Amino acid sequence: MKTIIKSIFSLVITATFFVSCAPTTASKETRGNAKGAIAGSAAERVYVAPGEHDSHYAFISGGFSGQLSVYGLPSGRLFRVIPVFSQDPEKGYGYNEETKPMLETSHGFVPWGDSHHPDISQTNGSVDGRWVFINENNTPRIARISLETFETEEIIEIPNSAGNHSSSYVTENSEYVVAGTRFAVPFPQRDMSIKDMKGNFKGALSFLKIDKETGRMNIAFQIKMPGFNYDLSHPGRGKSHGWFFFSTYNTEEANSLLEVNASQNDKDFIAAINWKKIEEYVKNGGGKKMPAKYAHNTWSDDTHSATSTMEKEVLVVEPKDVPGAIYFLPTAKSPHGCDVDPTGEYIIGNGKLAAAMTVHSFTKFQKAIADKAFDGEKYGIPIMKFEAINFGVLDQPGLGPLHTEFDTRGNAYTTFFISSEVVKWNVKDLKVLDRHPVYYSVGHLMIPGGNSRTPDDKYLISMNKITKDRYLPTGPEVCQSAQLFDISGEKMELLLDFPTIGEPHYAAGIAADKIAPKSRKIYKLDENKHPYGVKSEAETKVVRKGNEVHIYMTMIRSHFSPDNIEGVKVGDKVFFHVTNLEQDYDVPHGISMIGANTSELLIMPGRTSTFVWEPKEVGVWPFYCTDFCSALHQEMQGYVRVSPKGSNIPISFTLDGDIPGEEE
Amino acid sequence: MKKSKILMIIGALLLGALYVLPLWKITLVAPQYPEPLGLNIHITHLSDGVQYNDVKNIDLLNHYIGMAHLPTEENVAKKEIEPFIEFTIFPIVIGVMIAFGLFVGFKGNHKWYLYWLLIMVFLGMAGLYDFYAWLDSYGHNLDPNAILKIADPVTGKPMGYQPPFLGYKKLLNFEVYSFPALGAYFIVVGMVLSLMAFITGKKEAKS
Repeated sequence: MKTIIKSIFSLVITATFFVSCAPTTASKETRGNAKGAIAGSAAERVYVAPGEHDSHYAFISGGFSGQLSVYGLPSGRLFRVIPVFSQDPEKGYGYNEETKPMLETSHGFVPWGDSHHPDISQTNGSVDGRWVFINENNTPRIARISLETFETEEIIEIPNSAGNHSSSYVTENSEYVVAGTRFAVPFPQRDMSIKDMKGNFKGALSFLKIDKETGRMNIAFQIKMPGFNYDLSHPGRGKSHGWFFFSTYNTEEANSLLEVNASQNDKDFIAAINWKKIEEYVKNGGGKKMPAKYAHNTWSDDTHSATSTMEKEVLVVEPKDVPGAIYFLPTAKSPHGCDVDPTGEYIIGNGKLAAAMTVHSFTKFQKAIADKAFDGEKYGIPIMKFEAINFGVLDQPGLGPLHTEFDTRGNAYTTFFISSEVVKWNVKDLKVLDRHPVYYSVGHLMIPGGNSRTPDDKYLISMNKITKDRYLPTGPEVCQSAQLFDISGEKMELLLDFPTIGEPHYAAGIAADKIAPKSRKIYKLDENKHPYGVKSEAETKVVRKGNEVHIYMTMIRSHFSPDNIEGVKVGDKVFFHVTNLEQDYDVPHGISMIGANTSELLIMPGRTSTFVWEPKEVGVWPFYCTDFCSALHQEMQGYVRVSPKGSNIPISFTLDGDIPGEEE
Repeated sequence: MKKSKILMIIGALLLGALYVLPLWKITLVAPQYPEPLGLNIHITHLSDGVQYNDVKNIDLLNHYIGMAHLPTEENVAKKEIEPFIEFTIFPIVIGVMIAFGLFVGFKGNHKWYLYWLLIMVFLGMAGLYDFYAWLDSYGHNLDPNAILKIADPVTGKPMGYQPPFLGYKKLLNFEVYSFPALGAYFIVVGMVLSLMAFITGKKEAKS
């Protein structure tokens, strides 16, 4: 009996032991290096005390949200979501009359976009914090965002292109920002059989000149490249300044089941473009103007309005016409990221399907060109001999290498999507130094100043597509995330996880002191040139023009002027042109009208904004301030009387019983 | 030229700074205004003390407690407030005192240096009293229809919002600081120089 009890007891003990050891869930220790002492110090290193500021800005793409979010590092706090390619009712972007033109395209108004790769403007090879550019993948566009106002100032559409993925990277003096074609398409578009793709589709690589003063973009030229898929790109820098490198896949030119058919070649290419040479060629009258149709939308901080212009032609350059400007660098299998180290010497192809990092040497490449070390050609473009240009290959550092960024100490950091990790390796030694798991399936990673000669290499963030169990669950759709690493030491240290908006596709980072001091506080009322803007309550009025009623309204703590309006009729189109008279920092006001078929307006001090209301019912309808502006916010409201169609009640408008500005 | 004369002439000329520099400065700090609001008081007008548009922003906040509008050009034009007669008189008085100071300086009679100083002291006192009276008037002549009517916790009467004459005072959510500004220091230095001119002149006359 005793023995039986004893053996049952020991069985229970054993079972408990096994159960507790079974990998039902990964233990906390394996889900990050959150161990006692380290966790404490990690917390301290990301803790930004209340009222203190972060040391870096991170502009994290919203991916399929179409927007760009602004985070602080190291805290991972979200400050703002800048609307870029998608409508944003919170800010009225794409809803109010002033910003609607920003979303115009050659296909008409497009309310959504797929934002991808933010990149900050540069001066002398360092990020300068003037603008951040970001590309839209679906309806090819590039946007420029002011880092003084944190608003989208310009969006330009890219013609002859589809899947604008290898974009929007900036050269080291912001000479150009580029766009590329991920889906080869007929160039120009035409009605043809899809199976005739091979040789007939093209891939446009577009170089957009950036105006030094205003930042305004213009398509300087489009290179009509063979119909491969141009996946990612990076500019040369330092010694390789003047070149641009684009990775390609589907050099097989398959038009169906690409996952198999585009994965046949053991090597695809990095296309090396000598843009200085092409610039020179164009300057001397080279290239051909071709008809095209693309929208160019610009925002003005004087009129507080956007204008959309439809451009009609684009300058196209055929590679064969500029010999010596374009070469193909053979690179291991369907490379995704194409990255250039801070010195400009190493061009790295992240061999997505080969699990190999191909490192090309710019110096060897130049020598190979001189020696004519070619290995045939494709569509007239010379293919370089692999051995003649290759510095080395880092074989199997992980599975599914996608993107690489660099520190200033000769190290590269590569993300591996399949093996879910970031690997630190030395570029010259081709040796892996450290690896760290990420949670999970990392896409891009970002080191502030990553696409520049001077990375600011204290922090690295990895941007992960999948989070599964990392946060409290929120139904089937859970957030994607970013993870912050300290890379200043020998080993990468994971400090923080934070959720992101949409898909954190890629990011750009910069030291806060390059932007914060010049951040705009208000728009000066004196400089407001909005055609419907007013500078004081005395100028406010209501004007009827046929069935249009224009309300020139102001808002200031804590009332609208006028706030009682009569004479509006059913069937009218009522324009609320509202000016925020405030000239004090952080005193926006909002406005919305009951039943308006649009978003609110959220109006910054000194700015004018317009929404349209088409009253359908007779009655007295209130409007109110939607942003808690002041102690008297709840009192900030007014009424519009709507009379029946054909009523003869004249337009009248008052504030406190008087016509605004007139003597009591 | 005698040392006393030079001191007197410089002393009188220093008053000229008042045409450029503010005489007094009132600063307001609140939780919502970590970067404070400032009101510079000049002999001719009011100006922004810390940031762009401070005067208008202070004026805007004042309306919550029913305080009268500030005497800015814009408010006078809109007939929101009577013009400040002081903004007309002060520049004339200062001009006269500079001219008078220069006159006695060139004349070189050290006794008149002292008279100039005494007149300045008198004018200074009068100016300060006038300033006090205005603060009192702004603090207590409140619009009966004011948005916020707060009773003084001690007296139970409507609370006054008189800013401090000199130093610090807490008014509702604001910490208000009131101190002489750079222009005032120029006056003081000018007056000290005239006193030195008098003493030096007296010595010079003896020797």
